[in-house]
Amino acid sequence: MNLHEYQAKGLFANYGLPVSEGYAVDTADEAVAAAQKIGGDRWVVKVQVHAGGRGKAGGVKLADSLDDIRAFADQWIGKNLVTIQTDENGQPVSKIYVESCTDIDRELYLSAVIDRGSRRVVFMASTEGGVEIEQVAEETPEKILSAIIDPAVGAQPYQGRELAFKLGLEGQQIRQFTHLFMGLSKLFEECDCSLLEINPLVVTSDGDVHCLDAKINIDGNALYRQPAIAEMNDPSQEDEREAQAAAYSLNYVALEGNIGCMVNGAGLAMGTMDLVKLHGGNPANFLDVGGGATKEAVAEAFKIILSDSAVQAVLINIFGGIVSCATIAEGIIGAVQEVGVEVPVVVRFEGNNSALGRQTLADSGLNIIPGDSLVDAVEKAVAAAGGQA
Amino acid sequence: MSILINKDTKVICQGFTGSQGTLHSEQALAYGTQLVGGVTPGKGGSTHLGLPVFDTVADAVTVTGATASVIYVPASFCKDSILEALNAGIELIVCITEGIPTLDMLAVKARLEESGARMVGPNCPGVITPGECKIGIMPGDIHLPGKVGIVSRSGTLTYEAVKQTTDRGFGQSSCIGIGGDPIPGSHFIDVLELFEQDPATEAIVMVGEIGGNAEEEAAAYIKANVTKPVVGYIAGVTAPPGKRMGHAGAIIAGGKGTADDKFAALQDAGVRTVRSLAEIGDALAEVTGWS
Repeated sequence: MNLHEYQAKGLFANYGLPVSEGYAVDTADEAVAAAQKIGGDRWVVKVQVHAGGRGKAGGVKLADSLDDIRAFADQWIGKNLVTIQTDENGQPVSKIYVESCTDIDRELYLSAVIDRGSRRVVFMASTEGGVEIEQVAEETPEKILSAIIDPAVGAQPYQGRELAFKLGLEGQQIRQFTHLFMGLSKLFEECDCSLLEINPLVVTSDGDVHCLDAKINIDGNALYRQPAIAEMNDPSQEDEREAQAAAYSLNYVALEGNIGCMVNGAGLAMGTMDLVKLHGGNPANFLDVGGGATKEAVAEAFKIILSDSAVQAVLINIFGGIVSCATIAEGIIGAVQEVGVEVPVVVRFEGNNSALGRQTLADSGLNIIPGDSLVDAVEKAVAAAGGQA
Repeated sequence: MSILINKDTKVICQGFTGSQGTLHSEQALAYGTQLVGGVTPGKGGSTHLGLPVFDTVADAVTVTGATASVIYVPASFCKDSILEALNAGIELIVCITEGIPTLDMLAVKARLEESGARMVGPNCPGVITPGECKIGIMPGDIHLPGKVGIVSRSGTLTYEAVKQTTDRGFGQSSCIGIGGDPIPGSHFIDVLELFEQDPATEAIVMVGEIGGNAEEEAAAYIKANVTKPVVGYIAGVTAPPGKRMGHAGAIIAGGKGTADDKFAALQDAGVRTVRSLAEIGDALAEVTGWS
């Protein structure tokens, strides 16, 4: 789960980490009031969306007057911001963040991730702040510093000091950075983060280490024990169909093609999409109905797939393990009748009770095309969707 | 012969009296697995499915001599259950549960590495040696005792590979579902090493997917250490970057972990790769000369 910048900075503040004074607001009036409360005569205003590249897309502005702030709020609240990381529709802006302005001397980079290779939490730091870390890793990998956290004892201050010295920090900055490093490590652990990123981390013109941006991703599997963070979820930032699917414990990812796919199991769902592509079609989605695949789940899956108007055929691929294909056949029949499916539906059943499942579909009188094998089903679905896309 | 488990392996079930534990324990017993008891704290001394229930794993191990445990407890209790099993001296832990917080698995993984015990999963179908022992949720009847070792990150894709090897009469020595999480208890390399050493395994099918670099590490391992023919398949060629494809570990992040990179690494290691999951059986026949 992704957090907004203002939410991430709120968590930073809770851990005593250096962030600017700022307020997330919903209206232009509130934005002006927030700026007055902060005081001074320069502020930074930022749209709050789950996407990077906001600055280049006009979603971040240095404001020299309250009129500037009002104009920025009027321009963005209720609109969508399109950045290089969003699709062509962009992400909806419902809040903007008004923050005091920071004078910058140097820009650095600091992040923490769960590294799958080493099975450890790893901090990465770089003197190249304000740049995508992937780009730094590609072009100048020697500029990426790292610290690996031992799960038995946690982060240690010496690791923070080592990074601080290598980043060229000095004097009070060493202590400030180490405090930040230890605080982030605590936050990472206690809030079940999967990623923490500060880009840029800056040294201010007064010589202080300061978090100018903040990005946090939370491990979705841990939300049950993070109720306060779970409350921060903003479904408006997710694809509508993906959010709807998640509400039914279905895994759905929208794609660009015209063959809707419904499969049990995530690996087989990917493999089925790949087969569709290999046989000249284009999958409209990834959808894993899960091992259980109840009638309700199948009906909901149909609704989600068909809410994509590009879909011209539906391919259902079920390898019945513990679940019986006959049960799923009844689910499909019920769903087709309930939802009113008007595009061709191709079904491939394999495994548990597959013959009975096929018979049940054949006896239903519904226009459901049986696939004799996996490849046969894929070819029929590609043909039904109009052949090569 | 087989790897990890056989007809003599004594197994207990943690979360024995819950709905999942009950359903799959019944199926395991029907398959012939030496399931010797289960653990549900507070229900010790009772019986379930005709088997003794214990309050703790330590009690269960002492009384039954079990060396393997299968875990069906909810995700929020898994870290505790796995560590309890490790502490009781269980040698093989199979964790089926999906949705364990990643930081819990980091802690578990560190203890596993110290202990020398093995864990398969979480978020996996389990382990089966056909005709002898089934630990997990896979359908037993699609399997056939035989000579192909199968290792996979996906449940239903494993079943596809199993079906193709059964249909052709090759059968399976053992099938290991290592699971779809970013931090698995066992990696491809752990299982490949066992298959290479197992006399009953004559060829290996490896089923990977996008995300992480376990397939690339496995490819390097195969190149240096595996003499048996390997057929490799990777799911997720059409997966868009930055999107989690159902499994917690199936995500292309920062341009890393793509299916094409993994296919290339496997090909470089001499693995016979298939772009179509329907061609695993054909490819096996080709590399082994079996008909």
